[in-house]
Amino acid sequence: MSSSVMSERSSSLRTLRSDNPRYGEKAIFAFLFFTAAVSVAVTTAIVLALFQPLPGFFAEISIVEFFTATEWSPGYARPIYGVWPIVVGTMIVVVTALLVAIPLGLLSAIYLSEYAPNAVRKTIKPVLEILEGIPTVATGLFAFFWLRPFLEYMTPWLPWGGLFSTGVAGIAVGLIIVPLIASVADDAMRSVPRALREGAYALGASRLRVALQVVVPAAFSGIIAAFVLGASRAVGETMIVLLVAGAGSPTLNFNPFEGVQTMTAYIASRATGEIAVGSLVYDTIFAVGALLFLITLAMNMIAIRFVARFREVYE
Amino acid sequence: MANAFSNLPGRAQFAAAGAGLAVQNRFASDGSKGKVANTLFLALMLLALTVAITAIVAILAWAFVEGRTRLDGDLIFNGPSTVNRATAGYSVAILGTLQIIGGVIALIIPLGAGAALYLEQFADKTKWWNRVIELNIQNLAGVPSIVFGILGLAFFVRGPFSWGLVAAAGSATVALLVLPTVILASREAIKAVPPSILEGSLALGATRWQAVWRQVLPAAAPGMLTGVILAVSRAIGEAAPLLLVGALTFVTFAPNFFDGGYSALPVLIYNYAGRPQEEFQILAAAGVLLMLAVLIVINSFAIWLRARSERSW
Repeated sequence: MSSSVMSERSSSLRTLRSDNPRYGEKAIFAFLFFTAAVSVAVTTAIVLALFQPLPGFFAEISIVEFFTATEWSPGYARPIYGVWPIVVGTMIVVVTALLVAIPLGLLSAIYLSEYAPNAVRKTIKPVLEILEGIPTVATGLFAFFWLRPFLEYMTPWLPWGGLFSTGVAGIAVGLIIVPLIASVADDAMRSVPRALREGAYALGASRLRVALQVVVPAAFSGIIAAFVLGASRAVGETMIVLLVAGAGSPTLNFNPFEGVQTMTAYIASRATGEIAVGSLVYDTIFAVGALLFLITLAMNMIAIRFVARFREVYE
Repeated sequence: MANAFSNLPGRAQFAAAGAGLAVQNRFASDGSKGKVANTLFLALMLLALTVAITAIVAILAWAFVEGRTRLDGDLIFNGPSTVNRATAGYSVAILGTLQIIGGVIALIIPLGAGAALYLEQFADKTKWWNRVIELNIQNLAGVPSIVFGILGLAFFVRGPFSWGLVAAAGSATVALLVLPTVILASREAIKAVPPSILEGSLALGATRWQAVWRQVLPAAAPGMLTGVILAVSRAIGEAAPLLLVGALTFVTFAPNFFDGGYSALPVLIYNYAGRPQEEFQILAAAGVLLMLAVLIVINSFAIWLRARSERSW
């Protein structure tokens, strides 16, 4: 009895399946899978491009020197390959950028998510997107030719030195990551359920308290993700630091009023100079690039984790 | 506070009073002090937004004031020159950028739309390789642009493809750079199409692909197009990766896609800005203004298109 039911069921399943094998659909499916797999191939290619020259590089330069020496002077008469100076340069830019972008971005996000009437929000968000879309060459030139002289004019008592300034580069990078931080933080706060806000309002809380003591804590992981994404973007920013912080000195320098070299600016300036392909100096591009890639990859993974957390809780 | 709950039985009365006090400590308005804080905070938020928006206006104003004397036909129709500094322009770089953008569009439309359709409509999310693809695209979107320049240098200029320092290498590099954002935007557009559209089509006997091609794709198309336009506008302004794949060469002739040197608008601006003569700095500012004008038009169109295509089902 039961076996006849089974066979009946399997025969009806067979008739449900199409007689036509639809090779066309399979080919399309294969093509779509191929297009999605391209991105994995790109990542693989990036890893290959960055890491393939490294064994040869570290065979000549000890990895200890790379990570501990405090001078970075490849191509000089007596070259020293200590990556710290350009890492510190990047860090000064990132910290300055975050000091500018975190208050601006977070306050803008709180306003957009909690205070702004719909019409205002709908006008401001595209305007911020335009700021995000301004090419960094433009922002860099503006910061070099106008912002830095302007700030020096306003604060002549500060120890400004030379044409370049790491701090001003940081401020300019901070301005361009404001929209990113604002939009990710705004998304996080808007995904906080209305009920939480309404509960607080029902208990007599003011708008300010609801925003700062209910919504911000509830969206905390998303807000942290916004900061991490902003920092990662600042680490990778090239044109602004190249223009405003200059190609700078290869020694360790913490002074934000002078120019300094960053990882990205080093790669850009080195790759556009005259260097022999395959030389040790040429390989530094890949060593610094690999370090840059690993730093931003770690930050992006952290941000993705945090974003996933706030999505899990409320959806 | 306790008086308000005095009609409740004993323990509940205590509990309610305690809760009331806790709430009062945490939330209740602090009278006039609270009002001042509220107003101050509102002012702070508006100040933050004003600073961000002022930045845009300031960049535009600076570029206009600095470059206004060079806003003429020469800017667009003349090639770069180190001799005729007062009449040098961007024609060669504009042609280079157009070629780069052409290649970018040809690559990102099929690759971006295909990957997005695969992930949203065909991929089995329980399979590990599909999760790898998803995570990979998210990460790729955050890789610094200069790293893509290194990729282009190692794969397109030299290495497996070995095209040399040509516009095709710049184009492929920038296309890969913007591809993740196109995929992410296209996925959002496809996600916004309700599954009932697809299911209705399937129920009427369409094959999976017929349903996707004839129902889902047309409904998602404006959103996907917005993603492509925004990617193109980013590609126009991208300079860092192009520095590594040859665009900094000072060429005075129109580029050939697969042969000979090329230049691009943002890279030539950077090149001019680095020269000591004042004429070139003015020219750089005029170039910035030209580029910003084009980008603002493109971005506004994309934003308008997105607002128009946002429909409630």
